[in-house]
Amino acid sequence: MAIQPLAITACTATNALGRGLSASLAALRRGESGLRPCDFEDAALATWIGRVAGLEDEPLRDEFAAFDCRNNRLARLGLEQDGFAAAVAAARARYGADRIGVFVGTSTSGIGATEQAYRQRDPITGALPASFDYRHTHNVFSVADFTRRWLELAGVAWAISTACSSSAKAFASAWRQMKAGFCDAAVVGGVDSLCLTTLYGFNALGLASPQPCRPWDRERDGLSVGEAAGFALLEWAEPEDGRVRLLGYGESSDAYHMTAAHPEGAGAALAMRQALERADIAPGQVDYINLHGTATPSNDAAEDRAVLRVFGAATPCSSTKGWTGHTLGAAGITEAVFVSLCLEHGLIPGTLNTRQRDPELGVGVVLENRERPLRLALSNSFGFGGTNCSLLLGRGGA
Amino acid sequence: MKSLAVESVGLVAPGLTGWAASREVLAGWRPYRPEPLPALSAALLPANERRRVTATIKLALQAAQEAMTQAPVFNPDRAPGARGEAVRTVFASSGGDSEVLDKICTALTQPDRPVSPVHFHQSVHNTPSGYWSIATGCTEPSSSLSAYDGSFGGGLLEAAALAWAEAARVLLVAYDLPLPFPLSGRRAIVAPFAVALLLNPASTRRGLATLRLTPVADQAADRLEDAALETLRAANPAARALPLLCAIARQATGSVVLAESGVRLRVEVEPG
Repeated sequence: MAIQPLAITACTATNALGRGLSASLAALRRGESGLRPCDFEDAALATWIGRVAGLEDEPLRDEFAAFDCRNNRLARLGLEQDGFAAAVAAARARYGADRIGVFVGTSTSGIGATEQAYRQRDPITGALPASFDYRHTHNVFSVADFTRRWLELAGVAWAISTACSSSAKAFASAWRQMKAGFCDAAVVGGVDSLCLTTLYGFNALGLASPQPCRPWDRERDGLSVGEAAGFALLEWAEPEDGRVRLLGYGESSDAYHMTAAHPEGAGAALAMRQALERADIAPGQVDYINLHGTATPSNDAAEDRAVLRVFGAATPCSSTKGWTGHTLGAAGITEAVFVSLCLEHGLIPGTLNTRQRDPELGVGVVLENRERPLRLALSNSFGFGGTNCSLLLGRGGA
Repeated sequence: MKSLAVESVGLVAPGLTGWAASREVLAGWRPYRPEPLPALSAALLPANERRRVTATIKLALQAAQEAMTQAPVFNPDRAPGARGEAVRTVFASSGGDSEVLDKICTALTQPDRPVSPVHFHQSVHNTPSGYWSIATGCTEPSSSLSAYDGSFGGGLLEAAALAWAEAARVLLVAYDLPLPFPLSGRRAIVAPFAVALLLNPASTRRGLATLRLTPVADQAADRLEDAALETLRAANPAARALPLLCAIARQATGSVVLAESGVRLRVEVEPG
C-alpha cells in the first residue's frame, strides 16, 4: 500500500540560472546554461562553475550578522524568492511555530568562512581572527539554524549532511518526522555554496571537468561544481488539491567504496525500487527520470546500469547538471523543484551540453527539451560514502 | 504513544569505556573518575580501509561496534555482508571530522593548494556512516545529521522515526572529538565522547529500557548531580546523552529533558 503523500505547498530555487522559479524555468525552456569559466575568488583552476551572481555584495546584517558567510547569504537569497517566507508564515499561523520542522541538507555548510579565517591567522600565535564565528558559519547546523530563525520557526530542526544526497534525504526525514507526530508540517531545503574546499577537492580527485559538464556524453570528463539554495514547504496532501506531491522515497547505502559508486549501481537501484514501492507505482508508469548525472565517467555508467535494471531503456531521462552544475548538498532539492516545475508545465528537459550519447550507456537519455504532459517523475541523488536517495513526485489527483 | 526499546548501548568516553563497565558509575553506585581513552582500532574495517581512518571515524565505529556486538543478530567474527541482520543507522555529530577539515583549510593556505584527495573524501559528514556500511556490508538506509549541541537529541528523533517508519531496528551513533588548534579556540569541545544505542520499535524482553519521546517547547535540559559527570555532559555535544544514559543505568522509571539548539524533547524511561 502506498504511503501517505505529502503536498509541496510552496517551493523555490535559486542557482546559477538566477533567483527564483521563473528564472530556472525560463533557462530550462530556452536551453541556457548557467555555467561559466571558474571565476570564484582567486581559484586558479581550469574548470567551469555554476555561480550565483551577486552574493559577494549582499552580507547578512543586524540580528543575522553572526551568520554572515556565503552559504547563509545564499540561504537568505533563496528564502526571499517566490513568496516562500510568506507561505511559511501562513503555515506558522495554522500549525504554530513549534509544530513546523526544519530539515536542511548541506555538504560543506559555511566552510568558506573557515578557509578565509585560516588565511588570516595571527602570525605569532596562529589564532584565527576575532571576527570568525565558527558556530554560525562553518558548523554543519549553521544553515538549518539560520533557516529556522529567518522563518521564525521553533520546531525540531537539524541539518542533514550526507554529501550529495543531503537535501533529497531531507524529504525522507521530514516525512518520517511528520508521520511520527514530532511535527505537523516541514520546511525542507538544501544549500551549498562555492568554496575552495570543493573546487580544489574535486580537482585533486581528477573529477572537475575543464569544460562545461556533459552528462552521458561519450566525451564526458567530469563535473562542474555549482551552488544553489532550494526550499519546499511540505504538508499532508488533501484530496484533489492539485499540488505536486512526494509519493515515495527510497534510500540505501552502497557499502562498497567511499568515493566510487558501486559499478553495477546496486545501491542506486535499491533506492529507486524503494521509492516506487512506497508509492505503489510500477516502473512503466514513470514519465520522466531526473538523473543524478554528474558527468563523471564512472558515476554516469553506474547510474545507467541501475536505471536500466529498474526501468529498462524506454523511460525518458535527463540530467540538468549542464544548466546548474553539481550543487552537491543542494542538488536533491534543486532537482526536486525542477521536477515539480516539469510536472506542472509538462516539460522534459534535455541534457544540456551533451552532444553525442555514450554508446556504452543504455538508458533513454533525452538531449533536446520535449513538451508533453507528465504525471509521475523520479529524481535521483547519490553521494560520497555510497549514500543514495530517490524521490518519486507526482501531480495531485494522479 | 509509540515506544522504542533500547536493546544495547555502546559507550566511549574518558573513564567510561564500554557500557558494561560504566553502568554502575552512571547509576550512581560508584564514583566517576575521568581517565584517558584507550587506543581505538576500528577493528571491523577491512585492513586496506583501516589504514586510512581518522580518530573521529575510529571513535564513532568503536561505539557502534560495541552496541552491535551485544545484539543477538550480529556476529563481528564473520565477513562484511555476513555479519547478521542489516541494521539501519543514524550518525549524529555537531561538527564531523574537524581534524580533516583543519588539514584541508591549512592546505588551502599553501602554494598551489595541495588538498589531499583522501582528506577531501573523508571531509563529508557521512564518512563514519560510509565506513560503517563498508565494514558491515549493510546496504540499508543511513542518515547523518547535525543539530550543534542538540545533535544527540536530533539523532534520537531521527532514529525513532526511522525505526517506526520501517518497523526495523536502528542503530543511533552520536560522537564528537575536541577540535584541533586553531579551531579549538572557537568551539569548546573538551573531551571525546561517543555513544551508540541499538533501538527496536517492537517491545522486547531483552531490552535495557523502553523510551517514549515528546518534543517540548520551552523546557531546560536536565543536568547531572555528580559534578564530574555534569562537567563531561557539558564538554561534548554527544555527552548531552548522559542524563538519558544515567536513567537507563538506574533501571527505574523516570523522565529526562534533552534540550539544546533546535531540538528539545522529553524522554520517558521505563526499565526493560
